[in-house]
Amino acid sequence: MSKKYRTLPGTLFDVSNYLFLSLYGLVAILPFIYIIAGSFASDAELTERAVFLIPKTFTTAAYEYIFSTNIILRSVWVSVYVTVVGTLFNLVFTVTMAYPLARRVLPGRNLILNLVIFSMLFGGGMIPTFLVVRELNLLDSLWALIIPGAISAFNLIIVKNFFQELPPELEEAARIDGCTELGLLWRIVLPLSKPVLATFALFYAVGHWNNFFSALLYINDPEKWPLQVMLRQIVMLSQAAAGDLSSMDPSFVKPPDQSIKMAVIVIGTIPILLVYPFLQKHFAKGVLIGSVKG
Amino acid sequence: MYVLLAPGLLYFIIFKYVPMWGVLLAFKDYQPFLGFFQSEWVGLEHFRVFFTNPEFDMLLVNTLLLSLYNLIFFFPAPILLALLLNEIRIALFKRTIQTLVYVPHFISMVIVASLTYVLLTTENGIVNELIYQQTGEKIDFLTSPDWFRPLIIIQTIWKECGWGTIIFLAALAGVDPEQYEAAIMDGANRWRQTWHITLPSIRSTIIILLILRMGDVLDNGFEQIYLLLNPLNRSVAEVFDTYVYMVGITQGAFSYSTAVGLFKSIVGLILVMGANWLAKRFGQSGLY
Repeated sequence: MSKKYRTLPGTLFDVSNYLFLSLYGLVAILPFIYIIAGSFASDAELTERAVFLIPKTFTTAAYEYIFSTNIILRSVWVSVYVTVVGTLFNLVFTVTMAYPLARRVLPGRNLILNLVIFSMLFGGGMIPTFLVVRELNLLDSLWALIIPGAISAFNLIIVKNFFQELPPELEEAARIDGCTELGLLWRIVLPLSKPVLATFALFYAVGHWNNFFSALLYINDPEKWPLQVMLRQIVMLSQAAAGDLSSMDPSFVKPPDQSIKMAVIVIGTIPILLVYPFLQKHFAKGVLIGSVKG
Repeated sequence: MYVLLAPGLLYFIIFKYVPMWGVLLAFKDYQPFLGFFQSEWVGLEHFRVFFTNPEFDMLLVNTLLLSLYNLIFFFPAPILLALLLNEIRIALFKRTIQTLVYVPHFISMVIVASLTYVLLTTENGIVNELIYQQTGEKIDFLTSPDWFRPLIIIQTIWKECGWGTIIFLAALAGVDPEQYEAAIMDGANRWRQTWHITLPSIRSTIIILLILRMGDVLDNGFEQIYLLLNPLNRSVAEVFDTYVYMVGITQGAFSYSTAVGLFKSIVGLILVMGANWLAKRFGQSGLY
């Protein structure tokens, strides 16, 4: 960008712009800092003075309490399980479908592509999908959180486009060397697509970890609740939750108070903050801002 | 090849196309013990009941108002933020701010709602403590109907505004620096440069995003609304999606709620296609 005139209004604008953006950046992460601080504060302090960034008395009581009952740990485990298995499923389903569709000569390819694109524009909606999942006996099974979302049509098309752009010479060379179709996918295409697949794995994984809607629809059994549902129960429905939780686990007698709520929020947020640098590396490359065109 | 294709194809058929066919439920009186096929056809009865239901007006108003507020208050926010970021000359500062403002995009809606609760609650929430110290009163943000819409918009801006700048910053990066040099030669100040060079360079991006927004005015985001919805603010908070969930899943009126969902999908489809047509009219490539 070019050099600009130095004028008084210009400088004033610059100063206020830097200030405003710093403030905005702070607002984006301040809630997390406050929640982390609060989760290490004693309840007494949270009731006495709500406003602080460093607690006077540092205590891990909230976390000790959480880890002493297995309710939250169990939901963390459910979330981890669904995230890992679900992401694997997403990748396998997406790749195996995208690869044949990347072949321009495959008969029926356009029909299938159109089916996929139409499914992005129109859907049966919540209730018919719910009934399908129910008919398949997937209600209250963790598979209900994995299979109904196995492929994102949008991601499928981006991966397909990526496969299409791989140089055809590679394929020809491999064929001349006697490589089979599966061998081609496994030995040539997949190794070349590692960065792309890593990106999609990350985005799918974040989606699974954050998923609330499917669990709300399909999982009634509190023992199979992922963390997001448990979080809502503890933070938002706390009056009811105290009763629920103590009936589920006798050791959970104390109603969740402010610092425990904060600690649970921290547990739900940490994994995302941990993978965020990797996410940022990938979306900075613009991999996802691709077109949907076939 | 087709063997590889099979699992994915099966997935689309079972989880996308069977439910699409399942919308026929909207024209039947579904009885669980009779099943899908045996249940009686009732034609447009569910639609008639829905359109004459006083709740329909409430849902329509709530849905459209949220979309309208979103358009007025949220839509310009990322454009403004991108323009401000674009004026920053210190690359490290710009990158740092970008890193910070993208974070909330990846945080789940449940966490966003939880933060909202913990920060705004009248029982030791930090915001209400501050207000209390100043005014001696507390504001019932979470249950007051007056606060529901502002809260939703604030949540959306906090979560998505930073992320929304990406597409504009990408367009701004493509502007030829020589244009600015020429403008400076002609004596244009920064404001005029912004008005005559920067804004026109993202005009087509703004138009296409605006048109695409039109395609989903009926989508308010189920999770966000559901999580802030409670019996006290229901009169302004209930929208089509949450209504379908409530009557369908909670109360088990499958046929009726399918009809409501179908009404929403069809209007949505028409809007998306209309938006796409408009985008093409404006010389854009369209969505599909």
